[in-house]
Amino acid sequence: MPTTAQEAPPGADEALQAEFDARIADNQRIEPRDWMPEAYRRTLIRQVSQHAHSEIIGMQPEGDWIATAPSLRRKAILLAKVQDEAGHGLYLYAAAETLGVDRAELTERLIEGRQKYSSIFNYPSLNYADVGVIGWLVDGAAICNQVPLCRTSFGPYARAMVRICKEESFHQRQGYELLMRMMEGTGGQRAMVQDAVDRWWWPSLMMFGPPDADSPNTQQSMTWGIKIDTNDDLRQKFVDMTVPQAEKLGVTLPDPELAWNAERERYDFGEPDWNEFKQVISGSGPKNAERVARRRTAHEKGAWVREAATAYARKQQSAREAAA
Amino acid sequence: MSGENIFTGLTEEHGGDARWAFGTGFTEALAGVDTTLPEGVDGADLAAYCQMLGDDALIQSQRLIHWVTDAPELEEEVALANIALDLLGQARLLLARAGQADGTGRDEDAFAYRRPAAEFRNVCLTEIPRGDFARCVTTLLVLSTWRLALFTRLADSRDPVLAAIAAKGVNELAYHREYAVSWALRLGDGTPYSNERMREAVADVWPRTGELFATHPVEAALADRGAGVDPASVREEVRGVLDQVLTTATLPAPGDFPEAGVAGRDGRHTGELAPLLEELQRVAREHPEATW
Repeated sequence: MPTTAQEAPPGADEALQAEFDARIADNQRIEPRDWMPEAYRRTLIRQVSQHAHSEIIGMQPEGDWIATAPSLRRKAILLAKVQDEAGHGLYLYAAAETLGVDRAELTERLIEGRQKYSSIFNYPSLNYADVGVIGWLVDGAAICNQVPLCRTSFGPYARAMVRICKEESFHQRQGYELLMRMMEGTGGQRAMVQDAVDRWWWPSLMMFGPPDADSPNTQQSMTWGIKIDTNDDLRQKFVDMTVPQAEKLGVTLPDPELAWNAERERYDFGEPDWNEFKQVISGSGPKNAERVARRRTAHEKGAWVREAATAYARKQQSAREAAA
Repeated sequence: MSGENIFTGLTEEHGGDARWAFGTGFTEALAGVDTTLPEGVDGADLAAYCQMLGDDALIQSQRLIHWVTDAPELEEEVALANIALDLLGQARLLLARAGQADGTGRDEDAFAYRRPAAEFRNVCLTEIPRGDFARCVTTLLVLSTWRLALFTRLADSRDPVLAAIAAKGVNELAYHREYAVSWALRLGDGTPYSNERMREAVADVWPRTGELFATHPVEAALADRGAGVDPASVREEVRGVLDQVLTTATLPAPGDFPEAGVAGRDGRHTGELAPLLEELQRVAREHPEATW
């Protein structure tokens, strides 16, 4: 039986910490009712809720293209994908709630700009090829980040990641298939694909976070088993996976330093513009204000609907009690 | 052909993962489905009829899409996206069937992207501007109740393709109606403010309901051949359902549907359709030679 915080006698923290550490060391899952250090709980709440926010804000750059998708099949694919992202947001908020935080509170943090989301979604999507490139590169990078998280130490998060990764893989395949089709099409379509690749390549590399040397929390998170690989390891993995796909597609990745290193048996690649990264993260990206404002507007505009639902539920409850 | 054949066509390449809505796979909409016209049914009529039902679904879906990223709760974004996807799937099958029935071989995209507004056959209620969530719920309530009544009968169509599309659609539409009813009740019997919003929404929607029950000659001809449904025949059923829902939602019963003639079914639309189509068709028209 796991020990819960409620049962712990005063002064038992050291024993609880030792048990927690042993479970982590033994690769066992931590479940919501288990005792956990406050810093672990806080870090997880931050990580899981930021992930949830990313899914929700991430609906926007592609969602803008559902209404104008150039074929009904593409429209259906994109609509299903954006719907999945809303679903991912919901699982992740539910996982965060198991840590003792309320979804309404997390929503407030997002729309008041107090909590971050993946900075990639602060870039604009400018042509229909962006839909394919977001699927291929952005979802591809997300998969590299998330597959290891299926083994993360916190049970609800790990289980959410299993389902999300499965769906993300499907999205990535669909994105790549769109690009393949466009590359087989007109010169104009091929130019759209290359333009989109040029704009999304570096932001995709930035999705793995700052270089390890500038990532102060990585070591603690790895010890806790809520981060499995370092940012630079994942970035390398992504580049190695993506370069052959780009060749097959017939696009050029916009990095003159990109080259196969026979000795390392990996690709060498250039350094992303970390100043740009910092600017986007700190809220000065091309779309930061607009993305959050849109969510805030939807939330505020919907307040009367949520109030009506609450009032109706209360009336129903009273009626049931009166009948009992 | 049995009604099950089309389900084979709909299964697509998803490894049996039924979670994926129709139309996200990589195959043609009606691949492998027997599309022979039933005896005595005129191909041009059948094509026109499929466009009517297909356009209703396409235009309604296009309106709903804008709720995704703009709904009062995430659950509503998921639900409305799901409903829009179902309708889009119905539209694709119906438009593909239209292209086969009229002998032109036009595909779903030829109908969706390369017709001007005057060639669309949807009823004008589907064009109503998005408005607030109460209007969304009211429009969905009326259209899903009406379409469910039509599709329930259409499942017995002598055209096996229409019958199969309707049989699949009945389950989807029953969910759409249930969803709309659940929100009509919450909003109608929620707060005084939400009740007021619902009253306004019903007042906005109601003038457009008469057209739903006006019979176009094509509908009459196909109903006569056992391939289509005369919309006048579902009037009482739809009225009964809506009365019950609105009364339970503590809203005043709006009375009978207004008398109206055929409009959208004959290509006579409101001024709201052209901008909707401009958006729907924009990228496709910018790249006329492209394949997607």
